[in-house]
Amino acid sequence: MHLSYQVVLAQLMLGLNIGAFYAILSLGLAVIFGLLNIINFAHGALYMLGAFVALLGYNELGPLLGMPDFHMNYWTALLVAPLVVGFLGVLIEKTMLRRLYKVDHLYGLLLTFGLALILQGVFTNYFNVSGISYNGKPEILRGAVNLKFMMFPTYRLWSIAISLAVCFATWFVIERTKLGSYLRAGTENPSLVQAFGINVPLMITLTYGFGVGMAAFAGVVAAPIYSVSPIMGSELIITVFAVVVIGGMGSIMGSICTGLSLGMLEGLTKVIYPPAANTVIFFMMILVLLVKPEGLFGKEQ
Amino acid sequence: MNRKLWAALFLAGLAAPFLIYPVFVMQLLCFALFACAFNLLIGYTGLLSFGHAAFFGGAAYVTGYLVKNAGLTPELGVIVGTLAAGLMGYIFGILTIRRQGIYFAMITLALAQVIYFIALKAPFTGGEDGLQDVPRGMFLGLVDLGHTYHVAGKPLELNLYYFVFIIFCIGFWIIHRAIHSPFGQILKAIRENEPRAISLGYKVERLKLLAFVISASLAGTAGATKSLVFQLASLTDVSWHTSGEVVLMTLLGGLGTVLGPVVGAFTVVALQAELSAFGSWVTVVIGVTFVVCVLSFRRGFVGEVLEKIRTRPPGQND
Repeated sequence: MHLSYQVVLAQLMLGLNIGAFYAILSLGLAVIFGLLNIINFAHGALYMLGAFVALLGYNELGPLLGMPDFHMNYWTALLVAPLVVGFLGVLIEKTMLRRLYKVDHLYGLLLTFGLALILQGVFTNYFNVSGISYNGKPEILRGAVNLKFMMFPTYRLWSIAISLAVCFATWFVIERTKLGSYLRAGTENPSLVQAFGINVPLMITLTYGFGVGMAAFAGVVAAPIYSVSPIMGSELIITVFAVVVIGGMGSIMGSICTGLSLGMLEGLTKVIYPPAANTVIFFMMILVLLVKPEGLFGKEQ
Repeated sequence: MNRKLWAALFLAGLAAPFLIYPVFVMQLLCFALFACAFNLLIGYTGLLSFGHAAFFGGAAYVTGYLVKNAGLTPELGVIVGTLAAGLMGYIFGILTIRRQGIYFAMITLALAQVIYFIALKAPFTGGEDGLQDVPRGMFLGLVDLGHTYHVAGKPLELNLYYFVFIIFCIGFWIIHRAIHSPFGQILKAIRENEPRAISLGYKVERLKLLAFVISASLAGTAGATKSLVFQLASLTDVSWHTSGEVVLMTLLGGLGTVLGPVVGAFTVVALQAELSAFGSWVTVVIGVTFVVCVLSFRRGFVGEVLEKIRTRPPGQND
């Protein structure tokens, strides 16, 4: 097979696109894990929920309100979906996760797994598994941009840019602001931070809300690219778990870099050996486990 | 008392096919063995594997393929399936055993996904359709497992049923022995306090790996048997849904209890059978059961009963 420079670059760009989703999702998982010590299995389902908020807002909200011509536009969805899902996250944390902090952390994983099944089951019941396309892509993001070496869809470029912007903003907040320093301190030693008069339970609630809000944001960004389906999150989340294992959950920047580079690796595999594209990240995980079991950026527990 | 209970259960197992639809009972037994194997790992070693479907389904594919295409007899098929699952368990184990808790769960889940992709893409697995029409074959080349008896007008696959029942009993006995052996006691010690077990000189990683391999092998036995019962190895068997279901069965019945996984498996399989008409609401019900179970009775059915017996004040014994 002839590997032209264009083809490789094109796949790398598409890989970067997938990688941006990996980055934003694994970052959300890492932020939640840092403070709650829970791996949020519902992350994929909440990502799906975010996409559905955008889809239903566009297709169903108008008729529901008696205004058939009303469509919740994309920009509103970018704001509303994370808020709705974040609020749901706050409810989940306050009513359920909160009761599990004293028992083995694995129960948190099991609880969120149950929640993921519930969400997925409910949506599968009302919507087709094969997916519905989202038509609310704004005019300005249609078409393609000439990147010299290729024509690249504008929307994909936008989705890379906005995902990275959210990732770096999160990094900035956590690593460079006072609020972030509370968060990091809470990760290290919650009881000490509480002793300094900081409301740790509130911080935990908001962190969970924020983390799942990020997943919903990614869902909205993904909606115009992939078709919106009840199972869109469930396979993605397993890949994201592998990404998290490879990167380790010790550092924010680590999560971002791992996500992006693994996405690009996946893109590259599509050129070199397409059948392995779905599994290359898992094989990478096996390799990392053999060489550096705690993950590339992980700290040994 | 205990001996009486076992004898009663054994007799119930012998009589079951005459009372309940045999294929359903066989399905119960397969999943019960699967859950018991899983319980050896989570209940007695404290390791949560989220990839046990890989062993269950992987063995189903191996057995199904060999019985169908290489003409293996069913008992050899099950043995080879078990060994294949054990080998997979060894490979998974080497990769995962050094990590604990949440990481262990994520890694096993991701590795199982590799097996899922292989089952989906490999040329010999039948892709989306799975491996169909697996013959039941002749046990030891003598007894036709596909034979149907007619008792009181009902067709009963008794040969197959007792084949499955014997496999279940052997598997259950192995797990029971493992739990009540010194090996099982050390596993419990590791679960309770790993650093202490290390300081006592136990090679913790090796013991955990051994527990993992035993658990994987027996999960394989269950999957291999299942492929003969349903004459089918499908993608569902290797999917993460199945991994999740076995966690639920064990949790619902009671982690770390001998009979818990059996009770849990019966409950979940019966629930699925009852609700099968409602499509994807089954997933919702399973999810709700998970949430309720985690929030309000983490000991599970059997665990709660045992706790009641244990905490009953003296003098009230009847």
